[in-house]
Amino acid sequence: MNLFTPISWNDAGFILTGVLNTVYISVVAIFFGTILGLILGFARAECNKIVNMCLGGVLDILKSVPLIIQLILFSTFIGAMGYPLDPFVAGSIILSLYTMAFMVEVFRSGFDNVPHATKKAARSLGMSYWQTVRHISIPIGMRSVLPSWIGVGLSVIKDSALVSVIGYMELLRTAEQLISRSQQAVMILVGVGLFYFLISYPLSLYGKYIERKMTR
Amino acid sequence: MIEIKGVHKSFGDLEVLKGIDLDVKKGEVVSIIGASGSGKSTLLYCINAIEAINGGQILVDGVDVHDKNTDKNQLRQNLGMVFQQWNSFPHLTVLENAALAPQVVKGFSKEKAEEIATKELTHVGLGDKLHEYPTKMSGGQQQRLAIARALAMDPPYMLFDEVTSALDPELVGEVLDTLRLLRDDGMTMICVTHEIAFAKEVSDKVAFFHKGLIEEMGTPQQVLENPQKERTKQFLSKVL
Repeated sequence: MNLFTPISWNDAGFILTGVLNTVYISVVAIFFGTILGLILGFARAECNKIVNMCLGGVLDILKSVPLIIQLILFSTFIGAMGYPLDPFVAGSIILSLYTMAFMVEVFRSGFDNVPHATKKAARSLGMSYWQTVRHISIPIGMRSVLPSWIGVGLSVIKDSALVSVIGYMELLRTAEQLISRSQQAVMILVGVGLFYFLISYPLSLYGKYIERKMTR
Repeated sequence: MIEIKGVHKSFGDLEVLKGIDLDVKKGEVVSIIGASGSGKSTLLYCINAIEAINGGQILVDGVDVHDKNTDKNQLRQNLGMVFQQWNSFPHLTVLENAALAPQVVKGFSKEKAEEIATKELTHVGLGDKLHEYPTKMSGGQQQRLAIARALAMDPPYMLFDEVTSALDPELVGEVLDTLRLLRDDGMTMICVTHEIAFAKEVSDKVAFFHKGLIEEMGTPQQVLENPQKERTKQFLSKVL
């Protein structure tokens, strides 16, 4: 009896599910990571030392503990507590928080780049603090962060491969299953690498385009 | 009317204003001159409530600027301010720069805000630059934009903080011309300035600041042409 069957065109649908799931969890993580990162980045730029120290500590933990360990710890812990989560949900939570930790610094530096004098000029026109945030700090600060925002986004897409360890059927995990069935590891991994490239490269090009446009 | 009564202001141990008394009536142009560090700009910041004061009182049309119940945002609408650095909003066009505050603060429609902005920008000679970005303009043009942006809020008072100091010499003239224009419109203005000749020409009243106090105050003729105090004479001999 032959245990292994070579990959064929019938596997395309399976691979595609993996591609879509990778895109899906990346988009979710980047979306929530961006929103949370924006809020906390603003807090870091505007708040006093004490808030910054507490926030910085938590973010340092998120940034320095390897993502794979965070994923395993979180899903095991939640499971042990008696609330097992769907791998997608558990993965999204951890990947979003991980993304957030990097986005906070991106947005903080954006807000720090808004000259104090420009904000003062807005206030002198009678604009309130929040009106100044909305119409001056956010638009000016966000322009400068786009390239680094794309950089974080790109690494999240690649890091999302790690969510496979808790059982989420993303691109790498579908590939692993195909490999164990077909034993054609090299070919499949090259193909999967190509898919990651195809997802990431357009984003990276877009980032370069934005950067060029801004330095012009 | 702006009434400044015995205003004290310190930054830490450094007392910058040591009891300033100054009245500015409607339609008056008051110039404040003096060496760097004499507290001239700080006084403007205190009038606009950008800086808090440590003593005394500032009233704008009877409203106590530093009373904690005073709505500072409301107050600042009456006090147009132009800074040494023009501080254009780089993400907005010239027109949007001037239309932003009327829209956001006064709640005007976009059309109405842009109509007002266009009128003020044309008034300062930027009518042909409406859709350009300020970062592409000269310092003089950007400073005129800052003036128009403040005027678009239709404030009864304008505060100018050394508005020509950061400009290249050849650009000073166009900004001073704009200030003359405002004076001719009857605008009430307080100008902190190093342009003594300009102060002499446009002011109703000149105040010479020295180390946080008004050393000498009077008409331009009194203070600038016939100063009584030794320090005023010294200062003028250095800058003229």
